[in-house]
Amino acid sequence: MSGQKPRTLFDKIWDAHVVDTLPDGTALLYIDLHLTHEVTTPQAFDGLRQAGRKLRRPDLTLGVIDHNIATDASRYTGIVDPESRLQVETLERNAAEFGMPLIPLLDDRQGIVHVIGPELGRSLPGMTIVCGDSHTSTHGAMGALAFGIGTSEVEHVLATQTLLQKPAKNMKVEVTGTLPFGCSGKDITLAIIGRIGTAGGTGHVIEYCGDTIRALDMAGRMTVSNMAIEGGARAGLIAPDQTTFDYIARTPNGPKGEALARAMEWWKTLPTDAGAQFDKVVTLNAHEIAPQVTWGTSPEDVLPITGVVPNPEEAADEARRAQLRRMVEYMGLTPGQKLQDLKIDVAFIGSCTNSRIEDIRAAAAIARGRRVADGVRALVVPGSGLVKKQAEAEGLDRILTEAGFEWREAGCSMCLGMNPDKLTPGQRSASTSNRNFEGRQGPGGRTHLLSPAMAAAAAIAGHLADVRDYQPKGSV
Amino acid sequence: MEAFTTLTGIAAPLPKANVDTDQIIPARFLKSISRTGFGKNLFANFRYKEDGSENPDFVLNQEPYRKAEILIAFENFGCGSSREHAPWALLDFGIRCVIAPDFADIFHNNSFKNGVLPVKLPREVCEQLMEDARMGGNARLTVDLERQVVVRPSGEEIPFQIDPLRRHLLLNGLDDIGQTLQHAPAIDSYEARQKAAQPWLHGG
Repeated sequence: MSGQKPRTLFDKIWDAHVVDTLPDGTALLYIDLHLTHEVTTPQAFDGLRQAGRKLRRPDLTLGVIDHNIATDASRYTGIVDPESRLQVETLERNAAEFGMPLIPLLDDRQGIVHVIGPELGRSLPGMTIVCGDSHTSTHGAMGALAFGIGTSEVEHVLATQTLLQKPAKNMKVEVTGTLPFGCSGKDITLAIIGRIGTAGGTGHVIEYCGDTIRALDMAGRMTVSNMAIEGGARAGLIAPDQTTFDYIARTPNGPKGEALARAMEWWKTLPTDAGAQFDKVVTLNAHEIAPQVTWGTSPEDVLPITGVVPNPEEAADEARRAQLRRMVEYMGLTPGQKLQDLKIDVAFIGSCTNSRIEDIRAAAAIARGRRVADGVRALVVPGSGLVKKQAEAEGLDRILTEAGFEWREAGCSMCLGMNPDKLTPGQRSASTSNRNFEGRQGPGGRTHLLSPAMAAAAAIAGHLADVRDYQPKGSV
Repeated sequence: MEAFTTLTGIAAPLPKANVDTDQIIPARFLKSISRTGFGKNLFANFRYKEDGSENPDFVLNQEPYRKAEILIAFENFGCGSSREHAPWALLDFGIRCVIAPDFADIFHNNSFKNGVLPVKLPREVCEQLMEDARMGGNARLTVDLERQVVVRPSGEEIPFQIDPLRRHLLLNGLDDIGQTLQHAPAIDSYEARQKAAQPWLHGG
């Protein structure tokens, strides 16, 4: 497995975790960290119970409640929705019965599963990390092989701490050059999906590289790898470097002292070897990226904010024309309309894509000294209790609330329409989340994906806006 | 898991690409803690109008497709969220096979683990099968996993490829946890080696 042939970051992590290989080449892959939440686990624990199986490694498993809970003060008086309450209580009961560590709802460490893993120092380079959630790709920014799994696989990991996997192909996405003014990790990741399409990475694991990626902070990197799944790839990795190591050193539960030194020795061997082969290579010049916004109902339907709504009749074939017509109709658009003329009802800053302290700072920098437009509801939902505390220590909550934004409790919130934060039919949102599918933020809701700074600018303008026209007033 | 050997049934045409799991089962219906009962909300945003009444234009609200056991769609079926509720909803409705040019990875995995067979066939073939399906109740398709063929109403047989391990598990209705636990000694020794080499992963 090791030695002569140059290997990619993915190959190295894969090789280090193969427990056994089945005759047909399927690998039994060891899982170093299994993150769980309330929505995709009840049926898995049920399966364990019915088969009389135990949770093999409680110490490598961590539960948190994030998807279906309210993000207003109501969480302090108990969950109102009976189905959500049952799901949360079921996770609590399963955690107690199987000995799984669970972060309680009313705990500073509670938050979105893909925010808390890295933040607590549990998601580390070289690890295999899984969770019953497709955005597990986020943890790839730490230099880990991290991917989403279904509930049957959750049960498999609970029982065996392994997964049956066929190796993926290697895909390199290289981004080079200085990122232009007004752009962020979100604009990079949207531009990549615009280029490769939503199935461009199917069957592959992406490694993001190039000096533009290297220059991003950890939050920016997590935004990039978070949306690897939106390009069809199950995982999106970024090689660990000094930025990663400095980040880990600041986490509460990451390795310390001698353990850290020993871990770093290994982590430094992980980056892809010179000459390693990729099955697919895509290159992007950062200079060509402008602030991005999606106009349709698939993340690949993305344009620079200066763009106009495409004309479906200009598409190459009838299938695509029909698809675009449906998008234009669903989104309530007119071909040729300027994206900047689209009035919004809601701005949502949050989700596992963009709810870290750096994201909140970016939104607050635009909001400072300005006001949310009349008729716009603007929500800022920190990714975790720790992000919330940090933002409050920096006074960001005050800047945002003075500008008319709502400052909420941590959770998935309006990303997915399964908790009280939802769009109503026909409402248009400027959202920092990851999916603009029909009905994703609530039935009939119309979602435009963009960066936190762009969402803040849209909230203030009352319509989609070019963040380059809304630069910070004073320093934050 | 119920074994899948041969299925003969009504096929519903859904001529769409990128059918995502939020379309298959919207997130607001994911709050159940059981594996069953999701069928009534399969494709809920298409099947029901805002007032909760049926949308007569959607294929699964039309005869004979209310009893469809096979679904035919276009590229990248099952993209988006990892929710296994998507194959659970298909299965609960009665659909045991989806035919499409390709599938998103996680949905593809999840389907096999629930006895729902995803069959990959080129787009032109999917278009032909959709034409068959539009003939309604008189045009049943057969999906034979043993022989790896789809049989058209005309009797024409279309071969398909499938991973041999997954075929074996599906034909026999096998749960793969039981199979993996046969490797328990290998897992034990892996853990011991890793704990020595990388103690920080084990709280050391």
